[in-house]
Amino acid sequence: MENFTIQRIIYAILSLLLIFNYGMVLRGLVMKIVARAHGRFGPPVWQPYINLVKVFSMRTAISHGIMFYLGPVFRLVGGVGLYLFIPAVFGSVWLQNFSFSGDLLLVVYFIFFGQLGMALGAAESGHPYSPMGIMRGLAQVTVSEVPFALAIIALAAQYQTLSITEIVAAQQGGFMNWTMITNPVATIAGMLAFLGMMMHSPFDLHIAPQEIPIGPPTEFQSTFLGYMQANRAFFASAKLVLFMNLFFGGATSIPEMVIKTFLLYMTTVLMGVVNPRFTLENSVRYFLKIPTIIGIIAVLMYSF
Amino acid sequence: MITIGQDSKPDDKAKELQNEFFCEALPKEVAPINNKIVQKFYNWAQANSMWVLAFGTGCGAIEMRPLYTARYDISRFGMAPRPTPRQSSLFIISGYASVKTLKRIVRSYEQMQNPKFVMGLGSCTINGGMYFDSYNTINRLDQYLPVDVYVAGCMPRPESLIAGFKKMKEIIKEGRAEGANKYARDFQWYKENQKKVIKDWNMPDYNW
Amino acid sequence: MKDMIERLASKFNIKDINEHKSNQVFFTAEKIDIEGVILYLKEFEKYDQLTMISCVDYIEDGKFQLTYLLRNYDLNNDACIRVYIDRENPTMTSINELWAAARVYERELKEMFGIDFPGCPRVDDPFVLEGWDTIPPMRKDFDTKKYSEETYFPREGRTKKDPTEQMAEKMYPVEEEVKKSITKVFRDNSK
Repeated sequence: MENFTIQRIIYAILSLLLIFNYGMVLRGLVMKIVARAHGRFGPPVWQPYINLVKVFSMRTAISHGIMFYLGPVFRLVGGVGLYLFIPAVFGSVWLQNFSFSGDLLLVVYFIFFGQLGMALGAAESGHPYSPMGIMRGLAQVTVSEVPFALAIIALAAQYQTLSITEIVAAQQGGFMNWTMITNPVATIAGMLAFLGMMMHSPFDLHIAPQEIPIGPPTEFQSTFLGYMQANRAFFASAKLVLFMNLFFGGATSIPEMVIKTFLLYMTTVLMGVVNPRFTLENSVRYFLKIPTIIGIIAVLMYSF
Repeated sequence: MITIGQDSKPDDKAKELQNEFFCEALPKEVAPINNKIVQKFYNWAQANSMWVLAFGTGCGAIEMRPLYTARYDISRFGMAPRPTPRQSSLFIISGYASVKTLKRIVRSYEQMQNPKFVMGLGSCTINGGMYFDSYNTINRLDQYLPVDVYVAGCMPRPESLIAGFKKMKEIIKEGRAEGANKYARDFQWYKENQKKVIKDWNMPDYNW
Repeated sequence: MKDMIERLASKFNIKDINEHKSNQVFFTAEKIDIEGVILYLKEFEKYDQLTMISCVDYIEDGKFQLTYLLRNYDLNNDACIRVYIDRENPTMTSINELWAAARVYERELKEMFGIDFPGCPRVDDPFVLEGWDTIPPMRKDFDTKKYSEETYFPREGRTKKDPTEQMAEKMYPVEEEVKKSITKVFRDNSK
């Protein structure tokens, strides 16, 4: 039993290391791709690592109180926790993480968790821009959660389970078994929600530097910012793995996971490069119209 | 607007409220990390990820915009504009600084975190430039802030700015960019000069 | 334009009328009339934009000249009203009720020239110069170079060079030689 626990811990650490580095390289690549789309050279691919070292090498840091400390920690816990409850590679022992029978519901909660923790921390900083950014960020996450939750209900009804591992297992055995083919309506609703969750251009109002200066992280500096940057690597790749598992048949090996998640990420990045930014009102109206209706249709299809 | 109670003197109440919002502590010198190898590694990271405070203080701000575009693209050197002084490490004083702006410059500079660098852009920051006899622009920036690199010209083109960034990187890598510690050491002298120019000093001496 | 001036002259005492362009006229009005003139132009002649209020310091005459620029967009016309006020005790009627934009100009004039506009809101607040404590800087008797040298730590060794000579010496020495020899030849021939 003891051996088993230690083994689980080592596996979890390895799994986190893998996903962290994957997320950092992905961010560097995206910076490069966006720069190429602008006609620039762009920073080197390892720039996120340098940034991380740089923010941790700052000599002073200003705190505004206990919640200010805990905000980035909550955010990091949100990202790490989200990842640890999703099976990254189907059938692998060490990348199975802590997936269990009801994890689909837990994941829906954990996507929200980091944003809420940030809200408390940023509000304590006392900077007027932070609550404004938090308000926008929470509204954005909430509205994109509506079609996502509907799509998940449709999936649960389709596969008669709330376990991500079982959903992935049901999709094995070829291209034709993927949710993308068997349940296209739920996939469309889920992918539209995915666009809103990935914080790329049409829906990135709350973190845009040109709007209220970068929103929630206005007051966060030095190491606090370092935690948030690390979280962005975890959180983005965790969401990618989740959507790959739910709609695109999961992955049976690391290269398969890398290819699928990379393609998934590129869709949002390229959408972001070519599209202008929505205001908050626009994006709320957008999500509550077509994606929600598609999600309701997806649920209705499996309720009769 | 702060409402003031009738029972106490308005000055005391305002002072009390001000103390709640501002920190009266003076800046401290923070020595760089002792280990030589780690120190070099940190300096390398600082040099390769300079974040610029996006605060256009003078006419030179217009020369900074092309730097982010396809033609000059300073993101090649790992530089990026940050909209808040808390997260940025390089402050570019772009051209003339009037007294009213200098007040904001000092406040922004003091909000930045310890390894912080200042670049003076254009002749105006060096000796006043074409505004040397103006009643409202300062003549020498280094009397008010510790400046690491000056870029001469009126206005310097983006190419000379990039040359300035390269110089800045060299200085940081050699570990000579200790402007923040210098500011903390000579704090009284800097404050004296600032207060000589900024006549209505209505803020604490050091306001993070 | 001419009709407007005639109608205005029949009601108020205006003089020094000169038309700089076909659609721009300058004239001088009495200080006591100024509110009436501007109100008349705004309400009856449709000069409904205040372009700016400017000021000139005539230190020899002991006067400030205020100029109000009004614009009529329908006729594409400018009317510029000059008023002379006393330099020793400069006070002027505020027109902030007619245009809210006038408040900014009046605040600036108060700061830069020390002209008082009683009744204008926030006229005493600092506009650009926060905490200014000597005479207003735009007056002619204010020595801006001396003030700058006393206040702003001038850097030693600042020298002034004539740009023409500097360019000839540093950038185009050969061309300068050629130019000199050609002038010499011309001078010799003319003798």
